[in-house]
Amino acid sequence: MAATQKIGRKSATATTSWGAKRRVSPRATNAIRLGFALGAMALWEGVSRSGLLLHDVVPSLVDIVAAMGRLLVNPAFYANLEITAWEVAASLAVGAAAGIFAGIALGANKFLSRAYEPYVYYLAPTPRIIFFPVMIMWFGVGVASKIALGALSCFFTVALSTAAGMRGIDPVLIRVGKTFRATPWQMAVKIQLPAMRAPVLNGVRLGLGTAVITALLAETKLSNQGLGFMTMQIYSHFDMASLYGLLAIVFLLAGAGNMLIGRLTLGAGRGASFES
Amino acid sequence: MASAFSSRAIPVATGVATIVGAFAALEGLLRAGVINRFVVPLPSEVLASFGRIVAEEDVLERTRETAYEVFVAGFFTILIGVPIGAALYRWRPLRDALEDWIAAVAAAPLVLAFPLFLVMFGRSPTTVIVMSAITGLAPMILKTTEGFAATRPVLMNVGKSLKMTDGQMFWKILFPSALPLIFTGVRLSWTFVLISVVGVEFLINLGGLGQLINELAERYDLPGTYAAITFVVAVSVVFFVALERLESWLQPRR
Repeated sequence: MAATQKIGRKSATATTSWGAKRRVSPRATNAIRLGFALGAMALWEGVSRSGLLLHDVVPSLVDIVAAMGRLLVNPAFYANLEITAWEVAASLAVGAAAGIFAGIALGANKFLSRAYEPYVYYLAPTPRIIFFPVMIMWFGVGVASKIALGALSCFFTVALSTAAGMRGIDPVLIRVGKTFRATPWQMAVKIQLPAMRAPVLNGVRLGLGTAVITALLAETKLSNQGLGFMTMQIYSHFDMASLYGLLAIVFLLAGAGNMLIGRLTLGAGRGASFES
Repeated sequence: MASAFSSRAIPVATGVATIVGAFAALEGLLRAGVINRFVVPLPSEVLASFGRIVAEEDVLERTRETAYEVFVAGFFTILIGVPIGAALYRWRPLRDALEDWIAAVAAAPLVLAFPLFLVMFGRSPTTVIVMSAITGLAPMILKTTEGFAATRPVLMNVGKSLKMTDGQMFWKILFPSALPLIFTGVRLSWTFVLISVVGVEFLINLGGLGQLINELAERYDLPGTYAAITFVVAVSVVFFVALERLESWLQPRR
């Protein structure tokens, strides 16, 4: 009885702080971000200066920023960046073109989708880097094997996204095209491709991420040029500040590329909804 | 009924027949000398070398090692990711500020930082586990937050009208409601973890299945390399299908 009263009293006074809340203002959001970044930097610097960990493993932020500065004025950095950028761009061009082609075929035809899409779907989440030995045998140790591996990586993402986009096209648009007696080419160019550009661009954005990762990893494994190769060179000299600096620059560049295509995707999404 | 069966069975049979036909054509081209056998081995040789790599390369032990690393790293993604996801849902300003950053981390080439982890943890399974856990953390956090945020308002209102405490609200309403999406996070995160574990094993030539492919490639054992790659792909597909089945089993019945 006493226990029941106790629970009753507790329940009567209890309130919950869970539940939907409004978004905070952008200024407050930025202030939290700044506070978080400054806190993380202070913690890093504190650990670095405390001697708790080896200074070489956790170098001072000052050393890392100085190393980043040295990298950014080093011509070798730009030469390696150019190679990696070329590999990623070529991977994306080949992989995305093949992926869009396959995605349109799978999305437009139910028979093809049932016959082949399960293979694309289940092969998509496999670790692509394990195909690198095969790519070396087929394309050699140069840039071509990295491009081939990058293209293979982004193919699956783009194909699945395009197929889903193709199936998601509003049937009204297709009927309008048929009413106007549009040719297959006109249907593809005037209706299907514009209607599914948001999922296609989203697939390309995800494909870019996998192409960057795969190309860089392949460079760390076997290469004599590119940012992955540069990472391993710096690692072999145990120059930890430069290693952190280079990784920070690579992460920033990858993030910028991703954000750029993300903006395009958002724009395409808005355009599609406006037109529909 | 029969037409429904044939409308599904014929495409599936076509898919299988295409693959079998492609391998048969490849075998023929290789035997005719059109494709260089020093670059692509005979599919029949690859098939025959499965038994050899299982017997001589200790594939089962290597699979166990890889599975151990995947499960430990995956366990840590749940242990760390779910509380962070819940915290982000609980404190909305924190979520608004950090969600985009966490999504950016998910897309970042984190695995490139493996030399850093080699310095910190040495060339050991710990490096593989820590790196893979970090790789799998972002989807776990994001899906957990999404799961809590997707709780139907009517359930929250029922909890409030019963004057539930924070703890009761969490364990009786929010967590069960978010569980299907949390498991979607587990599926995504463990898929990332498997890719990372095999990738890092391959790159640093340590441990389980990733190392096996690396070793066979370095020995220029072409049929063995192709067989090992096929085996790893098969293991990945089985793992992915199992996670997907578990996820659909946890989804509410409609």
